[in-house]
Amino acid sequence: MSSSLLSLNGLTKAYPGVVANDDVSLEIGRGEIHALLGENGAGKSTLVKMIYGLVKPDSGAMTFNDTAFAPPDPRTARTSGVGMVFQHFSLFDALSVAENIALGMENAPKMGQLAARITEVSDAYGLPLAPDRIVGDLSAGERQRVEIIRCLLQDPKLLIMDEPTSVLTPQEVAILFETLNKLRSEGTAILYISHKLEEIRTLCDNATVLRLGKVVGTCVPAETSAKEMAEMMVGTALKTPQRTAGTPGNVVLELTGLSVPPASAFGMPLRDVSLTLSEGEILGIGGVAGNGQDELLAALSGETRVRAGMVHYLGSDIAGLGPNERRTLGLLTAPEERLGHAAAPDMSLTENAMLTGATREGLQNRGFLNWGKAKGFAERIIEAFDVRTPGPANAARSLSGGNLQKFVIGREVMQRPNILVVNQPTWGVDASAAAAIRQALLDLAEGGAALIVISQDLDELMEISDRFAALNEGRLTRPEPAAVLTVEAIGLMMGGAHGMEVAHV
Amino acid sequence: MIRLEKRPQPSRAFAVAAPLLAVLATMIFGGLLFAVLGKDPVQSIITIFWEPLFGEFAFYYRPQLLIKGAPLVLIAIGLALGFKAGIWNIGAEGQYIMGAICGAGAGLAFYPTESVFIFPLMILAGAFGGWAWAMIPAVLKVKFGTNEILVSLMLVYVADNLLASMSLGLLKNPEGFGFPGSRNLQQYASAHNSELIANSGMHLGVVTALIAVIFAYVLLARHRLGFAIRVTGEAPRAARFGGINSSRLILFCLGLSGALAGLAGMFEVSGPSGQISIEFPAGYGFTAIIVAFLGRLHPVGILLAGLLMALTYIGGDIAQSQLQLPAAAIQVFQGMLLFFLLAIDLLTNYRLRLTSGDAVKGAV
Repeated sequence: MSSSLLSLNGLTKAYPGVVANDDVSLEIGRGEIHALLGENGAGKSTLVKMIYGLVKPDSGAMTFNDTAFAPPDPRTARTSGVGMVFQHFSLFDALSVAENIALGMENAPKMGQLAARITEVSDAYGLPLAPDRIVGDLSAGERQRVEIIRCLLQDPKLLIMDEPTSVLTPQEVAILFETLNKLRSEGTAILYISHKLEEIRTLCDNATVLRLGKVVGTCVPAETSAKEMAEMMVGTALKTPQRTAGTPGNVVLELTGLSVPPASAFGMPLRDVSLTLSEGEILGIGGVAGNGQDELLAALSGETRVRAGMVHYLGSDIAGLGPNERRTLGLLTAPEERLGHAAAPDMSLTENAMLTGATREGLQNRGFLNWGKAKGFAERIIEAFDVRTPGPANAARSLSGGNLQKFVIGREVMQRPNILVVNQPTWGVDASAAAAIRQALLDLAEGGAALIVISQDLDELMEISDRFAALNEGRLTRPEPAAVLTVEAIGLMMGGAHGMEVAHV
Repeated sequence: MIRLEKRPQPSRAFAVAAPLLAVLATMIFGGLLFAVLGKDPVQSIITIFWEPLFGEFAFYYRPQLLIKGAPLVLIAIGLALGFKAGIWNIGAEGQYIMGAICGAGAGLAFYPTESVFIFPLMILAGAFGGWAWAMIPAVLKVKFGTNEILVSLMLVYVADNLLASMSLGLLKNPEGFGFPGSRNLQQYASAHNSELIANSGMHLGVVTALIAVIFAYVLLARHRLGFAIRVTGEAPRAARFGGINSSRLILFCLGLSGALAGLAGMFEVSGPSGQISIEFPAGYGFTAIIVAFLGRLHPVGILLAGLLMALTYIGGDIAQSQLQLPAAAIQVFQGMLLFFLLAIDLLTNYRLRLTSGDAVKGAV
């Protein structure tokens, strides 16, 4: 019996036009937390999908528990002892925790027995969760616990976790880490995918770094600095955004008691949101996804109408104005969902440039559209934001997520906004492109524009914000100067551990 | 094994080739159908596609092509604008009937006065009739969120009954010896939609259809309203983000398609058909749905598709009389055209990929 639980030997998987994994080998020992690092598109997802039986490798071999391992489907992988917690949860809002878990099991026991097992496992691993609660009422952290417990019930020897902390508050992260450490001490191996390097440094025993489908290095995270790991991922030295602090000017935007009812049964309302925003200022808004971020952006963009008096721009009430009227005034927005919201997937980049640029860029004349000018505008965005695409005639959906994000942010930044509201500006964007986007936002603020940056990435918010506030259950905390805030204080602003004391393991 | 795989970009080649392939497939399978019915398949296909254009009596059939094609194109253009935005007006047949009733009614109200103002008034009345009928589903959808498919379709049957009541009552010809049906507008000079060039089939409705094609083309390609229609159909959330007011768009699209269908009905009743009667509806409003899709919802495509559809109508009639093909077989034939188009259409966005048996076993 060798010491390693899972070993991958020369795994290769090619898709038309791209080699997602090229001769990837790695070893994970029993009771080891192994980090898989890499930028978006580095091949992390493909690799774990091969381990979990979702994708079949073109060549190479795996051994798991000292036997050859080639799972044809996830069910086989699960019975062999591989569990996976996906970044995007596959849960039914309208069903209870126990029902959701039963749906994912091969031979689900009776509800009563299952509920008892759930309580048992959740107690054992410090993951408080009531089996009879409806999933629609749970926070993102609690939903993740449902997924984790679903895996733990199968008694896995290897647990794969894909970006598990992106939806958690710092306190919830602490609970999760306690659980993972307990699993490690019991001999369960964990393959941990993340791009949060500080987390990896505190949690993981070993790390494998992928770039463009190849293993470019391995390291012991505790002995390697975050900067070194980042540079291994990117392959070049990283430039950190520079900011010259200015003094904020006049108040340009004021929200007073902004309240919006929820759009659907499990939607989030906005409750009494108030803030002021000044010229040259960046207000960072943090919080776990689904706490009102989309709703706040829609209320600011004009997509949802709000009651008179709730939104003031330069002292005048703009609550009744629609998206294009607000654009004319200089209030621009970039929503989180790139495909289908910020951009029409099947339309070309030129047409997508027209979508929000028509008025401010003068792309239309008495209702008639000037496609030549729109193409020029799209080309300027592509040029300025280094969007990788053969040209503006390509459909938005043909771009990778990060490239489309650069286009969508660039489209708004290039229109010289007076106020820019962005939601998750660097979500799914590689490190160097993220740095470029942040720099563009900082430059805008330096030029006198006022910015609201909504993000789940706390490091990002701390890097660029002047003031910080958090959305929690549709409520906005009072904005505080970012420079003096501690991680604990931010965590509490984000709602702490959603009503639970930190682990009782 | 064959698997479908989404293309990164819609294939332009397939978008253009799909209608042609669909026509080809329809010829093959239609021929098989005719063969099963005991008819010579090649002869049948030639009769449908060749006779009306180049046969012995082509001089008679060619004008028919315009007469039958014009209402199809006119209605389909309006429908296509809505379809592109995801607004499904299925009740063009009803709007067509209402246009005819209002148009004919406006003309007959002045009978027997002769004036140059009567025909323009009838055009307006026809457009208004169709528009008003389409505004019922539009307003209900905007105000109460009803489904426009159901409401517009139901209103076809209401219009049908209204037509029957008009033929037997209000618009009945007082000098018609008790037969149902209105006065013949062909015999009322001021209200007659006569041919612009004798025996060419070219009447004002044909001209209007051509104008509608150009109008729709410019609207979609160059105007922000056309852009709004396309964005709404492709990505409704992106459309709202882009500042497009969906209620206004629903009112516009349904209203315009209703008005165009109404115009088609009015030109038909005052020209080729001549009178309001129970037999007036010829199914143009429903066939136009096929025409709109066969033409890829593109104005020029619709023009060609309308002519093709008219050809199958005329050719089908010839095949019925010459080869004794049953009418139902001709309808199946026309239905096949849409069926194959939709099937082949899949390949615009997807491609077929052959996978090895091994990988398939892994996927089961």
